[in-house]
Amino acid sequence: MLREAMDEEGMDPARIEVREVDTDESAEREVFVGSPTIRIDGADVQPLEGAPTGLACRVYRRRDGRTSPLPDPEDLRDALRAAAPS
Amino acid sequence: MAIPIGERAPDFELPATNGRRYGLAADDASATLVYWTCNHCPYALAWHDRMLDVARDYAERGVRVLAISSNDAESYPADSFEAMADRVERDGDWPHPYLYDESQQVARDWGAERTPHVYVLDSDLILRYCGAPDADYDDPSQGAAWLRAALDAVLEGREPEPAETEAVGCTIKWRR
Repeated sequence: MLREAMDEEGMDPARIEVREVDTDESAEREVFVGSPTIRIDGADVQPLEGAPTGLACRVYRRRDGRTSPLPDPEDLRDALRAAAPS
Repeated sequence: MAIPIGERAPDFELPATNGRRYGLAADDASATLVYWTCNHCPYALAWHDRMLDVARDYAERGVRVLAISSNDAESYPADSFEAMADRVERDGDWPHPYLYDESQQVARDWGAERTPHVYVLDSDLILRYCGAPDADYDDPSQGAAWLRAALDAVLEGREPEPAETEAVGCTIKWRR
């Protein structure tokens, strides 16, 4: 999904850095609130203020209100556009 | 190790959020649906309404439905027994009990791996279908079609086709 969105926004998917968070300690250190977490230039595509850190599965809320294991594609594109140099 | 299709499912006795205990044996259901789920898995949540619809739609045909959570509540407090009870209380309309497998032994006995992971048993508690509710967690219009087809087959005395599909979802959170 992220690669596709970056392609569509004219960004290079090769710039994606995949990081595995596999311990409670690393989750706390990374302020990791669940998998998958997608950050663009360090900013979460759907910030969860105050959410506990840990090795959980992350629940995203789609724009139509449904829950999903992945962010809404439009939220992802908006985050990419916001991060793109003007 | 998963239960092979055609084998009798292992019995269990587990507490439910409604204060009762449930097992497989003491029942005369025409078929039984057992599925693993939990509070925090986005796949389980995405399929949740479809699973409740199946339970409601098949109740009048004598299908018994039991949902089980086996996740480690110590590492995942959102899946604690108390959180399960809170969720059912908050939702208010669950048509089936929500069981807690604290020791995780039932999940191990059954070979459950993911949430959701569904098992359809016939009236003799023989496993007839195992896997996913349907082909796409992200498409509510699928309506748990694979699961419904399996239940229809069992109720009509046929073998579900396919009898197995790949369960899709978060892994059960085993105690570390």
